[in-house]
Amino acid sequence: MVEWTDFERATIQSIFSKMDYDDVGPAALSRCLVVYPWTQRYFGNFGNLYNAAAIQGNPMVAAHGKTVLRGLDRAVKNMDDIKATYAELSVLHSEKLRVDPDNFRLLADCLTIVVAARMGADFTADVQRAFQKFLAVVVSSLGRQYH
Amino acid sequence: MLTDHEKELIAKIWDKMIPVASDIGAECLLRMMTTFPGTKTYFAHLDIRPRSPHLRSHGKKIVLAIAECSKDISSMMVTLAPLQTLHAYKLRIDPCNFKLLCHCILVTLAAHMGDEFDPVAHAAMDKYLSAFAAVLAEKYR
Repeated sequence: MVEWTDFERATIQSIFSKMDYDDVGPAALSRCLVVYPWTQRYFGNFGNLYNAAAIQGNPMVAAHGKTVLRGLDRAVKNMDDIKATYAELSVLHSEKLRVDPDNFRLLADCLTIVVAARMGADFTADVQRAFQKFLAVVVSSLGRQYH
Repeated sequence: MLTDHEKELIAKIWDKMIPVASDIGAECLLRMMTTFPGTKTYFAHLDIRPRSPHLRSHGKKIVLAIAECSKDISSMMVTLAPLQTLHAYKLRIDPCNFKLLCHCILVTLAAHMGDEFDPVAHAAMDKYLSAFAAVLAEKYR
């Protein structure tokens, strides 16, 4: 089981309680598709992903970004058992969606950068560490059921 | 692969960082050592507490090297030759750590630039820093 310090718990709860999921979700996913274009392979039916402007304006990308962030919220609300929380989603991503688990890390990095841009100086080194620790647990749990 | 537009964008961003190189550099290093504690093992000879003069001067060196190189990205192999030798034969930092510092540089830029660090700038910068790191590790073996 993952051990969380009081600072880490408080930091994660604070960041996500102040976050606009409908803004950050689309921003993180579209950033991932722009910065790591090979991730577009999973979104063949999303229509126009030809350039950064198209990706950032694409409504299916935006909708999916919101879905992803709402999925992340489950971990925020269950920090003490993220592994169990994501067991089903892990199976889904592995067996049905067939997503290379390294992509979870790429999306997590993009989310970190979006949050850093929103929070500015408040995204201190210690806050970053807590945030990245949380995302690392999420990423690991999503990759857990791959065989 | 960097387009001409991306090269200009990169040079413009780093040009703005030159006057605040110590602040930016110290922040990048602090973020890296806080988020990835294994990287601290390379700094046993320095005082790496926040705001330490060592952190600022070391950070400044790194930022200035990256900024200098961004002025003429096509000549990267030539500009970085002395640093290649330094990292390969003297410092011998495991190259996996370059990725960690690059990530923290991106986070620092995002925290300072906000919305201006949009996905296009982020993609360009990530490509530049990955190329920089790859060139730095070229003489390792």
